[in-house]
Amino acid sequence: MSSIPYYPAAERPQTYLNWSYRVKSWLFTRDHKRIAILYMLSITLFFFIGGAAAVVMRLHLLTPDGTLVQADTYNRLFTLHGVVMVFFFLIPSIPAVLGNFLIPLMIGAKDLAFPRLNLASWYFYMVGGLCAVIALVAGGVDTGWTFYTPYSSIYSNTNVVWAIAGIFLAGFSSIFTGLNFIVTMHKMRAPGMTWFKMPLFCWSHYATSIIQVLATPVVAITLVLVIIERVFHAGIFDPSLGGDPVLFQHMFWFYSHPAVYIMVLPGMAVVSEIIPCFARKPIFGYSFIAFSSVAIAVFGFLVWGHHMFVSGESMYSALIFSALSFSVAIPSAVKVFNWTATLYKGSISSATPMLYALGFIGLFTMGGLTGLFLATLGIDVHVHDTYFIIAHFHYIMVGGAVMAYLGGLHFWWPKITGRMYPEFMGKISAFIIFLGFNLTFFPQFLLGYLGMPRRYHSYPPEMQVLNVLSSAGASILAVGYLLPLGYFIWSLRYGKIAPTNPYLATGLEWQTTSPPPPENFDVPPIVTEGPYRYDLMVSQLGTPLIAEGARIQTTGSAVK
Amino acid sequence: MTELATDLHPNKALAHHFTDMPQQREAVTLGMWLFLATEVMLFGAIFLAYTVYRHQYFDSFRAAGGHLFVSFGTINTCVLLTSSLMMALAVHAAHQGDSKKIVRYVLLTILFGAIFLGIKMTEYVIDTREGLVPLNGWWKAQSPDLRVDREMRLFFVFYFTMTLLHAIHMTIGMAILAVIAWFAHRKRFSAEDYNPVDVTGLYWHFVDIVWVFLFPALYLVHPEMHLFK
Repeated sequence: MSSIPYYPAAERPQTYLNWSYRVKSWLFTRDHKRIAILYMLSITLFFFIGGAAAVVMRLHLLTPDGTLVQADTYNRLFTLHGVVMVFFFLIPSIPAVLGNFLIPLMIGAKDLAFPRLNLASWYFYMVGGLCAVIALVAGGVDTGWTFYTPYSSIYSNTNVVWAIAGIFLAGFSSIFTGLNFIVTMHKMRAPGMTWFKMPLFCWSHYATSIIQVLATPVVAITLVLVIIERVFHAGIFDPSLGGDPVLFQHMFWFYSHPAVYIMVLPGMAVVSEIIPCFARKPIFGYSFIAFSSVAIAVFGFLVWGHHMFVSGESMYSALIFSALSFSVAIPSAVKVFNWTATLYKGSISSATPMLYALGFIGLFTMGGLTGLFLATLGIDVHVHDTYFIIAHFHYIMVGGAVMAYLGGLHFWWPKITGRMYPEFMGKISAFIIFLGFNLTFFPQFLLGYLGMPRRYHSYPPEMQVLNVLSSAGASILAVGYLLPLGYFIWSLRYGKIAPTNPYLATGLEWQTTSPPPPENFDVPPIVTEGPYRYDLMVSQLGTPLIAEGARIQTTGSAVK
Repeated sequence: MTELATDLHPNKALAHHFTDMPQQREAVTLGMWLFLATEVMLFGAIFLAYTVYRHQYFDSFRAAGGHLFVSFGTINTCVLLTSSLMMALAVHAAHQGDSKKIVRYVLLTILFGAIFLGIKMTEYVIDTREGLVPLNGWWKAQSPDLRVDREMRLFFVFYFTMTLLHAIHMTIGMAILAVIAWFAHRKRFSAEDYNPVDVTGLYWHFVDIVWVFLFPALYLVHPEMHLFK
């Protein structure tokens, strides 16, 4: 826990990273930890591709008449941004990287239940991702990430089929990941690891996996139907052939609304681990947080109709979808209240992961509450398809999911790589991201309320001030995202060697070495305590132990 | 991971990350059931779309259903259920560790599957001759009323999409069964280790059940369906 001796290279203990350096040992690995690293690298690539498109859009929107790119190019940019960020970054981000790496460690298993399937999921993801990105960059697609018919099926002259085929393939990767997690959590828990001793990280991923397994096939067949529609002019979604375009919207959102919870539930998973660690307290309301994850997954399946309030949906179904959408707020609020109750009277330290977790709580709350505005029928009609929506879901997706992903990366970086990230730089970039994020997206709430529609490449001159603020924020945000990319790479060589448990955190993953051995535990663990027993972790003087991450900042000394 | 010393497990059938055979068996079985749940959602979505239009264009869909050959459909249902029986016998043989019987029954399963696909192909050919393929240049007007004709065409869009999707699933299943037969022939399975036969059986039965739903939904919607047209 406190220190590990320095070994000459030849005598270093075998870890999952150093047992073989051959390319083959990575590309054909069945180790969940190595597959997580493969995912991490590819997700980072897609994140910066999608981010680059966003930067160009924000630069373009600096001026009302938009002189940087043409209207057609702008359409292709927001489609590129949306498709890449949703399907190739957010959906796989936390589950495929952190979930993949941590779930077997957290429940004391040697690997996921189906290691080959796990590797296959990465290949499906990569083939799908490259297929879609090539279609989106070379020539482009102008339908928006939602592929609404009949635009995508008849009128668009762009590479819709290839982009959709890529998403279809990536869908398999999502299903495989979810299926693997569910079976692993059911069948592979270590002796003594009961369901209610599992960390909340696992519970949240369990709920996520249910959505991945049950919702993804629906969008898969829907996208296949769009391809059939486009190639053969079948007519399922074409009114001139007797089809119904709104049916597409129903089938699309039956997946794509629950998909929002695929993105944010894993974020909640990460926050539920970080908060108790840096408040040095057992989590408040463990079972409420666990069941609220499942409740979000279940309610999430019943609210897709709120995307069609202005698509000619009947008043009565709109009313019911509105009421059901409100009900999702209950389990979400249960989580937020439990996290804040965990903070109450805790010994809070402000290490980098904690900054991200606190940022998550604030921004997720903003995003969630504005979601209630949108579930309200009257307000939705007013702000539908405006920047209000854009701001709302970016507060959830970027302010929530991306903040949590970064928080989780910092928190488990020592475990994943065996190196500490630089704490000072971590804090700086957490602040930059928080500031940049709010400056980018808060003005968009105002813009949307004033009536600026989404996906337009120009706007009236009186909206320029807010747009300039938003673009300025985006440039700050870009710096905030580039900093961790830089210092994470730097830390691989120059970072301090990480001890087994740098934050004195609970959880099985902190009991094995950093980085873990190929089969995770040298001695198979037996679980006797519940998770988050920070109350049992007191020093000999009887005072609670404070996380090492906080100590780095106060004393500036090495974690040795 | 072959280089790892821990991979040298005494029991070759047991993957390195499981502690014992029951754990492995339960995990694999649960995995297959979950996969079948995804399949239910996949077919469920297209059944939903079909149901929407069947409700909306009730009369046209009934009329269109009358163009299908109930005789072919009925025979195919019997053929496919027989293949399921063969699969069940193969699974039973696997539980008893009788490799010869596994090979025999799995091959019979494949044979009945192939007969099914053969009959389906024949039906497609006749459908094509009658101008029931809903593609430009292939489709022949089935009703003087343009609106009804359009709606009947939509029925055939679903007919072909759904039966082709089902046929793809069968083809994949037959390919997997061929591998199973080969493994059984090489004595890969025993009374303790029959998991692959078991879960492939689950998959095969699922594909059969999809047909059991497709058959009435597509063939039996016409009020005076005629067995021998």
